[in-house]
Amino acid sequence: MKMKQFFLGVVALSVLPVVASQVEAAQPPLKEVKAAKGHVSTANTFNRLLEKSKARNLPPAEDGIHDPDNDNTHVLQPPKIAYDGLPTTPFGNYVDWVKALDTDLLQPRYDRFDPTIEPLIMDLDIVREVKSTVPDVVFPHKPHTQWLHCSNCHPKIFIPQRKANVMNMSGILLGQQCGVCHGKVAFPVTTQSCTKCHSKPKPADWKPPQSETSLKDPWR
Amino acid sequence: MYKSALIGLLSMLAAMVLPQAAQAEYADVVMNNYSDAAGMRPVVFPHWYHRIRFRCKVCHADLGFKFKAGGNKITMAKIIDGQFCGACHNGEISWSVENCGMCHSGIAGTPTQIHGSTVQRLVAPTYKKLGNK
Repeated sequence: MKMKQFFLGVVALSVLPVVASQVEAAQPPLKEVKAAKGHVSTANTFNRLLEKSKARNLPPAEDGIHDPDNDNTHVLQPPKIAYDGLPTTPFGNYVDWVKALDTDLLQPRYDRFDPTIEPLIMDLDIVREVKSTVPDVVFPHKPHTQWLHCSNCHPKIFIPQRKANVMNMSGILLGQQCGVCHGKVAFPVTTQSCTKCHSKPKPADWKPPQSETSLKDPWR
Repeated sequence: MYKSALIGLLSMLAAMVLPQAAQAEYADVVMNNYSDAAGMRPVVFPHWYHRIRFRCKVCHADLGFKFKAGGNKITMAKIIDGQFCGACHNGEISWSVENCGMCHSGIAGTPTQIHGSTVQRLVAPTYKKLGNK
């Protein structure tokens, strides 16, 4: 039953734009009559900058980056085949890489020659208090050390010292600190993934800090 | 039968309706430091394919790849010398460098980039770098 509903939904979604464009072509006066009263810009479209929905995990020849005229492009593995059976997420590659590692579905090598070498895992959570109202950040070393080596982050990207690292979301979005990986390779920074880092609720007695201007003159 | 016919029809329609913009895999790296100028297709590096087989540490700690698309200034001379890609793509761990088109598979003129990055998704495409980092 669910399958059928989903299928109908897909049918409706993909047919709609085609039908709409055909209707437009068949009876153009309807829309033009409304705009004909004066000169109105055609720029006022709905969701002007919203990206179109993407097809997921396209094979190399159709992804817009690989050249389909290159014979080798067609030898490359399509990602969908590789992702079969892996846990999913709603963003990035749509694969939960950390979960795949935790559940032993993937066993990527830690050394390029020796598949038996085990990673140096450190299980230490770092809590970062956040000034704004969003939940505090908990940084888990464990999943990071499963993939990376200490030297990848310390001391160049993060000084291994409490309160030594100043960061904000703007910098992260532009590729600094966490943004060196997150938003590029590791899970992306989207509104769907905020709570992956901002995961520790504020204490019950927490109040948002007031700006200096407000403190100086609360009655302004 | 009815279903499969419809799916076929739908995928045809979808191919017609969908925009032709790049929809490559998240974190696919395009490297075009020297390729275009040398008359080769730019290199496309599939991060996803490699992370299934190796942890980040192997390339980014052991082999010294910087966390920056195009920031490693990789040349074929270095690869043949066993550096960067050449540490594995040497015919021993993986296929060797005579398979030019396996890496040099991008559409000519594609700029160096990491596909799907946050910066690419900003609606205002221009931005200034912060600080000197």
